[in-house]
Amino acid sequence: MTEALSHMNPRMSQEAIPNTMEERRSYLAEGHSLKSWLTTTDHKRIAILYLLSITFFFACGGVAAALIRLELLTPAPDLLTNDGYNRAFSLHGIIMVWFFLIPSIPTVFGNFLLPLMIGAKDLAFPRLNLASWYIFMIGGLATLATVVLGGVDTGWTFYTPFSSTYSNGAVFMAITAVFISGFSSILTGINFIVTVHKLRCPGMTWGRLPLFVWAHYATAIIFVLATPVLTVTLVLVALERVVGIGIFDPKLGGDPLLFQHLFWFYSHPAVYIMVLPAMGVVSELITNAAHKQIFGYWFVAGSAIAIAVIGFMVWGHHMFVSGQSPYASAIFSFLSIVVAVPSAIKVYNWTATLHKGDIVIDGPLLYALGFIGLFTVGGLTGLMLTMLPIDVHVTDTYFVVAHFHFIMVGGSVSAFFGALHFWWPKITGRLYNDLWARISAMLIFLGFVATFGPQFVLGYEGMPRRYHIYPAVFQPLNVMSSVGALVLAVGYLFPVLYLLRSLRYGKPAGPNPWGATGLEWTTPSPPPKDNFETVPVVDKQAYCYPVGGRDEQSRPRTQKAKAGE
Amino acid sequence: MNEVRRLQPQFPTLARQRDADHFGMLIFLSTEVLIFGGIFAALFVLRAQHSAEYARSSTQMHYWLGGINTAVLLTSSAVVALMVEAVKAGAARLAKWLILGAIALGLAFVAIKFTEYALEYRDGVVPLLSPAHLHAGPDTLFMDLYFVATGLHALHVFGGLTLLGSLIWPFGRARRDTSAVFAGNAALYWHLVDVIWIFLYPTLYLAR
Repeated sequence: MTEALSHMNPRMSQEAIPNTMEERRSYLAEGHSLKSWLTTTDHKRIAILYLLSITFFFACGGVAAALIRLELLTPAPDLLTNDGYNRAFSLHGIIMVWFFLIPSIPTVFGNFLLPLMIGAKDLAFPRLNLASWYIFMIGGLATLATVVLGGVDTGWTFYTPFSSTYSNGAVFMAITAVFISGFSSILTGINFIVTVHKLRCPGMTWGRLPLFVWAHYATAIIFVLATPVLTVTLVLVALERVVGIGIFDPKLGGDPLLFQHLFWFYSHPAVYIMVLPAMGVVSELITNAAHKQIFGYWFVAGSAIAIAVIGFMVWGHHMFVSGQSPYASAIFSFLSIVVAVPSAIKVYNWTATLHKGDIVIDGPLLYALGFIGLFTVGGLTGLMLTMLPIDVHVTDTYFVVAHFHFIMVGGSVSAFFGALHFWWPKITGRLYNDLWARISAMLIFLGFVATFGPQFVLGYEGMPRRYHIYPAVFQPLNVMSSVGALVLAVGYLFPVLYLLRSLRYGKPAGPNPWGATGLEWTTPSPPPKDNFETVPVVDKQAYCYPVGGRDEQSRPRTQKAKAGE
Repeated sequence: MNEVRRLQPQFPTLARQRDADHFGMLIFLSTEVLIFGGIFAALFVLRAQHSAEYARSSTQMHYWLGGINTAVLLTSSAVVALMVEAVKAGAARLAKWLILGAIALGLAFVAIKFTEYALEYRDGVVPLLSPAHLHAGPDTLFMDLYFVATGLHALHVFGGLTLLGSLIWPFGRARRDTSAVFAGNAALYWHLVDVIWIFLYPTLYLAR
């Protein structure tokens, strides 16, 4: 009980851990001017730039979400007009998908950790990395310009012919914003793939890569192969809207369904862009919480690649009611069931890793467990949606909304917060109050379930998505959902407070506060500019935790550190 | 500029850095292939749904000009391949002439392409600008996609010409680039421009 209420993580030393390695200037001390940040090519600083910007966009998307939930408190249109409501949920979707979820874990933690985890000094193309942040920011500012221009009412999916012909919103600006941000994704993807191939330190074979790296490798493949298709699709929509070429207009010989095919060819893999990095984070968090080798390393690593590959073949399950061939629907239904297999492998393997582990219930673990639970619910309801009869029944209802929020918000955002807590000491060099972390993890979990759990029922009973006027019978569940959203908002704001507080009042973290095994924990916190004093040499697999339980110090994975023992 | 100074700190050796640059370029080219993939998908859908109109529209193309252009672009690709070998061999003078030759052929491609556009304008088959002899519906859509596809391709030709040009001016990379990293990557890009054209030509011109 005392352990449960302690504000210290029991795995942490109670004393400030001195940096045993030679004191060197951390990357944060390499310059304090604004210019030193805006012109940096250090992957760690770029990660911080990304962290600040996506936090800003998360808040913007959150404000839109708050408007939606407030409006849905009553069956009548009290707060927003019809047009206003359409603009609120479109903005929420566009910002959250392209300016928070897709860049979130890869550009912040992938950027920060990928070179550290594979023993490199930086990503392969540091200037490209900085360029990707600038491109991202230009795209983000274009999105905000969309709001100034009056917003967009197409939803985040830009379905034709509405977006190309009928919509009276600032569709062109919104499309331009997403178009621009796509190049940022492509550059990040190229950088990650080349880095993993070419910059692994001696001894870091593919079989010794941390699973976080495998997940980001798979994500980068999707970044590179899916994003260009969105780029060209948006170009075609823009041409149709501005010049009226008619490619998606049946009147002119075009095919409106072609848009859906092209769009989902990107956007279904994009769902895996959002969840694969989260799975990589959870693999790290779970192994560290259990202080155990991961169960089935190759299965977890291979399932990331399998998800990336199969994820390209399931886009048609978004189009079951679009009038596509029933044979196509049957095949897409089957393939969508197949893609659930590698996801299930991961969930089983995480559970098996925890089995008989030396578990310490700390903040990061609670976030990871939240991910597993919510992702499983989201995944299983996803399987329901792959079944043609059920899908036809619940298409465009709150059931679908609840399903994908369980994956993206319950899953990916929980993992984002888990990663933030797990690597916060590495990024900032400070320890935070773990009791508060556990409280906020539970708040987020409960708030999330209260928000989106009722939406399954709403959808199953037939409440359609994207309407703000609804029959009074749906009000109680909508009120539950809105109250849940309030709890969720508190849960998201709370970490901001205590994490910022830790910057001033937190104890110094030392190089390895969790006793974890990754290479990133062998260097001081925060790491120096070049990450490692000497090039690390790896002679062990990932996750070689000691068998003696939590009292035994785990050994860092380098020969150099071993020689120093 | 000696070799050691060109090594960026994140790479252990220059050879590894070269490999990485090359590999990064190849991945970038795969994204370009997918960008054009969307346009090809649109063209194939149009052909599957309106094959008669597609074939009729294709006969409006000046296929002999397109054929000459294919030959011009293929030749330029061969010249660029020779240029990479020349740069590797340290024959900077020869490399310079080969680059100039490739650029001349690239410009010839653009000139022929725009002649073609002008002929189509005269024929009255350009949507919006001179649609005198253009059927509404799929025929117009075919021409729209033709201009989108070849226009985007022409943009890539200009991009490739800029890359090739920067090998001799203003940076003069060809002289120092003894391992042909930049020259090799510029050549790869030029080959991609070529390959895309090889697929565009039959899809648009020969579907008659």
